[in-house]
Amino acid sequence: MWEYTDKVKEHFLNPHNVGEIENPDGVAEVGSLACGDALKLSFKLDENKRIKEAKFKTFGCASAIASSSALTEIIKGMTVDEALKVTNQDIAQYLGGLPDEKMHCSVMGKQALEKAVENYRGAPSLEPGAKIICECFGVTDKEIERAIRENNLSTVEDVTNYTKAGGGCGNCQDAIAQILERVKTEPKTGDKPKLTNLQKIKLIEETIEREIRPSLKHDGGDIEILDIIGNRVIVALRGACSTCKASEITLKDFVQHRLQELVSPDITVEEASK
Amino acid sequence: MKTIYLDNNATTKVADEVMEAMLPYFTELYGNPSSMHTFGGQVGQRIRDAREQVAALLGASPEEIVFTSCGTESDNSAIRSALMTRPDKKHVVISRVEHPAIHALCSHLGSQGYKITELPVDKNGILDLENLEKSMTPDTAIVSLMWGNNETGVIFPVEEAARLAHEKGILFHTDAVQAAGKIPINMKNNVIDMLSISGHKLHAPKGIGILYIRRGTKYSPFLIGGHQEKGRRGGTENAPGIVGLGRACELAASNMEKENTYVRRLRDKLERELLNKISQSRVNGDIVNRLPNTTNISFEFVEGEAILLLMNELGICASSGSACTSGSLQPSHVLRAMGVPFTMAHGSIRFSLSVYNTEEEVDFVIDKMPAIIERLRGMSPFWKQAGQSGGVQ
Repeated sequence: MWEYTDKVKEHFLNPHNVGEIENPDGVAEVGSLACGDALKLSFKLDENKRIKEAKFKTFGCASAIASSSALTEIIKGMTVDEALKVTNQDIAQYLGGLPDEKMHCSVMGKQALEKAVENYRGAPSLEPGAKIICECFGVTDKEIERAIRENNLSTVEDVTNYTKAGGGCGNCQDAIAQILERVKTEPKTGDKPKLTNLQKIKLIEETIEREIRPSLKHDGGDIEILDIIGNRVIVALRGACSTCKASEITLKDFVQHRLQELVSPDITVEEASK
Repeated sequence: MKTIYLDNNATTKVADEVMEAMLPYFTELYGNPSSMHTFGGQVGQRIRDAREQVAALLGASPEEIVFTSCGTESDNSAIRSALMTRPDKKHVVISRVEHPAIHALCSHLGSQGYKITELPVDKNGILDLENLEKSMTPDTAIVSLMWGNNETGVIFPVEEAARLAHEKGILFHTDAVQAAGKIPINMKNNVIDMLSISGHKLHAPKGIGILYIRRGTKYSPFLIGGHQEKGRRGGTENAPGIVGLGRACELAASNMEKENTYVRRLRDKLERELLNKISQSRVNGDIVNRLPNTTNISFEFVEGEAILLLMNELGICASSGSACTSGSLQPSHVLRAMGVPFTMAHGSIRFSLSVYNTEEEVDFVIDKMPAIIERLRGMSPFWKQAGQSGGVQ
């Protein structure tokens, strides 16, 4: 028996805002029947671009239904930007807390909201640079990283409880462990002084020179920086790299990864068109 | 609010007769049966009586009965004894649908260097004995297969399985925790070496169980201590529990027919009416080879925990094989082993009845369930889609 708060019970037994909005401004569906929970969220804005109405349909357990109900109540009256700042913690807090094993229900609410806003803005559905880690439940590395940071998670089991990642076939549990390790060792935001543009460019150059070129040269390739625009690093791959079929992987998984790690997590690396 | 208890595979009420039999052993006859004085010794006599009552339910001899603390202890003791008494053998055969008392123990043994084979079941939860034959090797110490499944009620052909194991000189154990008291068991008609029973599943209290050990079977005790239970299980006897279990076994024997007529009829009515009234529902598990008190029904497009909590609001108690009733995110290992589609497994509810259930209670549940399912389906994003595709009757 789960120890649900009265607030969870109340929102489960008498959920607010059940249904679907006709002609919504934003709509999204996350989860699936196979996962065991799924949420369809739709919202409509008023003339001041504030959320006038939000409705949900949820397949899932009591806390999934209660979290959906809570989410629709929380975001009413907010602008989409304000709504995007709502975290799964806010949803759980609104309900007076959720059992650890049920935190994924609040995360599902957060995911649905993000996707519904993307739908409203017409933006791509997958975050740029995000990679699916858990194939069973379609959870990306970015989502896992965020859940770890926001909830201070330390074990794979925690991650599964919060995001469902790793709860299906279990094949991605090693990958989750690696992400945990990576996030744990990453410098806390605030530890790192904010870089000026000049410092950043210098650091990118140094990092490529010191950390990246030697490895590429070892494999008969090379890399050259063509331009740096904000956080976009435009490069050209040379030598063996330029004809290598795996160059995209080299670029994203190695070059971009190292730069994000050592310079700034916002860096993206692109190859100049050949 | 009245409680309607349809969760008797989880635990049962202590029968009034059992409670009555036990009471004197708490405050009046509290002596230790091992003591030299009559005050304690007379308790020993009552324990001997209880041993005979248990043996009678199983068609066993009293000395083949060892009292333990629970079904889990009995299961653990049986497997560990087989491995201790056959130290050269490192292989154990079980099924994929065993109770955690066997399943988790074997996973643990697997990490300790033992080889574990888990036999599959088909979509109805039925075991193919050919797979058992193929799985046994000269290295196999013991085969352990449950008699009746706790989630679906499906009955395994354990007597035939025991014969197959014996042909190869392999020990056979069965977890009969759910079967005992619900279907006739006669150890004279089979060659099963060890069998586990738990008191609280047949109207005795929690904290008492038995392990049947066939005469002549080598046994290595799990709990080592005093000479109780002829050295097969150390620890001062749980006298009230033992007396209660004895009385409960006597009651079970006299209720056996009622269990297979009255309870079966109520179960069948509940099942038939729910399937009739609620579209997109189905029974999990073979409906013929099944305990008379159990039905496991899936309601598509809704989730089990949510169903249970709405039932709870009406005082109706049952269980679910859904993922969200446990910490793990997967539906029950039993339903997965049977290949029940995830979409169905998530909305599975197990109703398990007892002789104490009434027709009125069953009618109440039949009356209330359709609205519960409808209410949750009304919230489910999948329900309308299914309706549009013509899935709804």
